[in-house]
Amino acid sequence: MNYIFDNDRPIYVQLVEKLRLEIVSGNLKVGDRLPSVRELALAVRVNPNTMQKALAELESEGLVYTERTNGKFVTDNKKLIEEIKRNLAKEKVKKYLNDMKDIGITYEEAIKYLHELGGKE
Amino acid sequence: MELLECKHLCKEFDNKQILQDINLTIPKGKIIGLLGKNGAGKSTLIKLINDLLTPTSGEILINGENPGVSSKEIIAYLPERTYLDKEMTIKQAIKYFSEFYSNFDTEKAMKLLKDLNLDISKKISKMSKGMQEKLQLILVMSRKASIYILDEPLGGVDPATRDYILDTILSNFSEGASVIISTHLISDIERILDEIIFMDNGKIVLTSSADELRNKENSSIDEVFRRYFKC
Repeated sequence: MNYIFDNDRPIYVQLVEKLRLEIVSGNLKVGDRLPSVRELALAVRVNPNTMQKALAELESEGLVYTERTNGKFVTDNKKLIEEIKRNLAKEKVKKYLNDMKDIGITYEEAIKYLHELGGKE
Repeated sequence: MELLECKHLCKEFDNKQILQDINLTIPKGKIIGLLGKNGAGKSTLIKLINDLLTPTSGEILINGENPGVSSKEIIAYLPERTYLDKEMTIKQAIKYFSEFYSNFDTEKAMKLLKDLNLDISKKISKMSKGMQEKLQLILVMSRKASIYILDEPLGGVDPATRDYILDTILSNFSEGASVIISTHLISDIERILDEIIFMDNGKIVLTSSADELRNKENSSIDEVFRRYFKC
């Protein structure tokens, strides 16, 4: 995990976004035990307190849970992961359509671009 | 009891006020950036905490006690300028530290030096400036201290060495300990800070959580600093 942070926004917010992606994309697997806060912090080169705060946020979203003596785990609630994944996808699509609109491209044209470029990949 | 407290701390030199009414509380387990321009009083404050200077008035409490023998045992200090005898070899420097500080972890220091592929029989004077900085940092971070105070640890080293220094700080400070880093190179260091303290003209002008300040100002700490201290 080599994360690059933007100094303009709170680091913990960026960390939450990145870890959320790791979970919905399946890089961190359903039900997996997470390394300790300190290990995770060192792996992505952030302050352990920042990592703690980010994990607390993911925990309040339900993506991570703590077993009192065993540490932290990725949720095994696949439905929740799917829901967050769908929401993320919708956000990205909305952003794409807005960006297209900004450069004067209609909805129909934007869809055409998707077919054209998506098909070739 | 707080880890470190300054109460109405003042320091004068030749009737000139260098520090004015510094009030400060450093909690446990935080990485704190002491930020300010050259001459703001950062190093003077650090020297007072390390008992290298005596306050004109006010008080410093470290674990409830004034600076002295017992505080030196729990503070690991990296001064701005080296105090190592450069005629020593690395091995001799390690021995010196291990005899001087009961909480010095020789094994850890050797491991960190090994990662750098340094020949420990080499004289310090024969090492590059960057390597000397790394060696000093290793000596300081190999102590099991409660407070690490690093005065300008990034000064005059290349960006790759800066990354090494930040990583070494992050991966080696004892759990529950606090780290105070003074610097004017903010953009390099801000991602690891919990709290920031801005100093100007011998006073503390702003203290905040780093992420809260980013959120409030919608910009990096470096940017906030530049705006604040615009000449």
